[in-house]
Amino acid sequence: MGSVSEIDLTSADDAAAQAERAASFVPGPRSAERELPSRVVSSRVSLRVRISDLWHARELFVFLVRKEVKVKYKNSVLGFVWSMLNPAIVLMVYYVVFKYFLKSAIPAFALFLFSGLIAWNLIATALPGSSASIVANAGIVKKVAFPREILALAQVGTASVFFFFQSIVLALFLIGFQYAPAWSYLPVLLFALVDLLILTAAIAVYLSAVNVYYRDVEHLVAVLLQAAFWGVPIIYSYNTVYGLLTKHHLLWVARLYLADPIVPILLSFQRALYGHVSPVVAESTAKAVMYHGHPAIQYGTQLAKLPVLANYPYHFYVFMLACVFVVAVLMFLGAMVVFGRIEGNFAEEL
Amino acid sequence: MSVAIEIQGVSKRFRLYHEKYTSLKERVVHAGHVPFEEFWALSEVTAEIAAGQTVGILGRNGSGKSTLLKCIAGILQPSAGQVVVRGQLAAMLELGAGFQPELSGRDNIYLNGSLLGLSRRDIDRRFDEIVAFAELEQFIDNQVKYYSSGMYVRLGFSVAVSVEPDILLVDEVLAVGDERFQQKCIDRVQQFQRDGRTIVVVSHSADMMRDICNTVLVLDRGHMVTMAPVGEAIRTFRERLIESGFAPPPEPEPAVAGAAPVEIAPRRRQVKISGATVEYARQEERPYIETGEPIAVHVGFDVATPMAGVQFKISLVTEREAIVFSSTGGSAIEEMALDPGHGTVTFRFDSMSLLDGRFAVVVEARDTGGVVLDILDPACHFEVMNPGRAVGIVGLPMRVELTPPGTWP
Repeated sequence: MGSVSEIDLTSADDAAAQAERAASFVPGPRSAERELPSRVVSSRVSLRVRISDLWHARELFVFLVRKEVKVKYKNSVLGFVWSMLNPAIVLMVYYVVFKYFLKSAIPAFALFLFSGLIAWNLIATALPGSSASIVANAGIVKKVAFPREILALAQVGTASVFFFFQSIVLALFLIGFQYAPAWSYLPVLLFALVDLLILTAAIAVYLSAVNVYYRDVEHLVAVLLQAAFWGVPIIYSYNTVYGLLTKHHLLWVARLYLADPIVPILLSFQRALYGHVSPVVAESTAKAVMYHGHPAIQYGTQLAKLPVLANYPYHFYVFMLACVFVVAVLMFLGAMVVFGRIEGNFAEEL
Repeated sequence: MSVAIEIQGVSKRFRLYHEKYTSLKERVVHAGHVPFEEFWALSEVTAEIAAGQTVGILGRNGSGKSTLLKCIAGILQPSAGQVVVRGQLAAMLELGAGFQPELSGRDNIYLNGSLLGLSRRDIDRRFDEIVAFAELEQFIDNQVKYYSSGMYVRLGFSVAVSVEPDILLVDEVLAVGDERFQQKCIDRVQQFQRDGRTIVVVSHSADMMRDICNTVLVLDRGHMVTMAPVGEAIRTFRERLIESGFAPPPEPEPAVAGAAPVEIAPRRRQVKISGATVEYARQEERPYIETGEPIAVHVGFDVATPMAGVQFKISLVTEREAIVFSSTGGSAIEEMALDPGHGTVTFRFDSMSLLDGRFAVVVEARDTGGVVLDILDPACHFEVMNPGRAVGIVGLPMRVELTPPGTWP
């Protein structure tokens, strides 16, 4: 590639030809009858206009995502394989540690882990990048007019591309180990994915704007994501938490736990991808879990056979996800409003 | 005539932080007493720009002209008031803003184009034109990080003008690239003018305004001073400068001062300047003239095809490349119609007021549109010797008066 840097400008011979071509590149005459689009620049732009501007910039979104994906693995030999390799290695480490060192009682632990981790990875990939996105692109933000939310959303889009690659790994994993997902729960899985994307987008847009004022945010996000990872049921099962909390008469905390919008999404992923294996926890864990015969543990009386997953009915999953959907959409609109308020001062703060 | 841009009572407030606290800790520590001053970059600017006009925004550094341009472009939101823009708008504030060095020129055209509001289909359709205009056919699939700065800027300009906007905003970016490309850019802007598009240019150069604008909006410390036809507005601007104690900055004129030889596309060489000589009294005896003596510059030229509306322009340049004098086309020298063959045009200075030094003569031929047909830089040189005691570049007529009680010895 080094040779390219010694580029000479046009030689004298083809200067004439180029002049000809350049001369032909003239814009057409204005048509006076054409209805001109009108636009208002002011400090108060309605949410509806903002969202329609976003929609009109969807091609830009695609180009930005393409750029991110291309640039990320440019000049690396394995290229986008890294996006599969990276979570695969993380998965392997967790698997070995929890299965063999910490003796997790969950059967087919790798699949359980994977089904939650894949959803979590989308958030964990998107948020650090998106929170820094406005600051990182200060050059364009200060010089070009476009809906700036796109920069944060493009990071979510990029994370979705990697999510797609990881889904391929997951699919291979399922085929390789002959696990069948719960096919009937596929609509739930897709619904959960939609929720996940909207939720991530909402947080991403909000953080990207706040980060312009408090540069701590991008560092804080990394730390909080670490903490949050252990706070949601990915490595342990939701039923373990539920059991422990009810044991200590803290049912309301368990309800609150479910109110974390990420938890229903993770549960849906696990139910769809792992649920069909109809696994049971071993007796020792079952004892700890089995208390008060709460509805989540259907087989409460059978000491030896307890499901890993909460045995919620189908419609309860749909209900939870619908709640999350409403919350996520409201969060997204709220984030857009906050973004709009702050945006006017981006150019001076950057 | 319809209105393209309505600026309605636009004000923009900036906060000037004496010390900027951007981290959470600093903000908490200094909560409540973050020292800042409010600064109104623009206050209550109201103006209408009619479609098809070329409007300049003129003002000193810090007068708010770029802020106003950014408000029109939608990059900044005004703190109060609003701007109504009718028609598709493209802003050239920085060429190639947002280019990704790791991506190829091709990818960057698509990315940059869509950033400027072009749809994918538009870009597909104009792709070849964009590449040809930037003269980057061979390198379009190379990563942009290997481009020279000239190539980078050419690509940026090429994408920006391909938007074919109804309204074009330009922020002094035309002084980019080599001379030939600069000329191309100016041609392009003139093409836009002929098409009846609206252009808004920001500059602190009154001469550039005089060249291309119909109307000029003068800003001073965020306030609109006037919006008037170009000559009147520039006079107001100069008066303001003198009133407020600022001398107008010297205006380096890029079109002549550049050291690089200018390439003229062969198709433009309808008039070729063959050379120039100076003529003054007692030329055989001394290689210089004295300040105050007359001097004539004879410029020889060859004409290939009959041409109307040719203007010759002469500039005198010091060794440090400051332009002492430049006759602007149209005003000082009449347009002439030329027949094929060889001819001479003579510039006579009845009294050369230059002081000591060696000066270069630069001669330029232009057509009516201001397109440079040929340029000779330098065409010839002459030396001036000053018999008096004054120091500097130019001897200005001056008298000294003294009011008593003092006397001359």
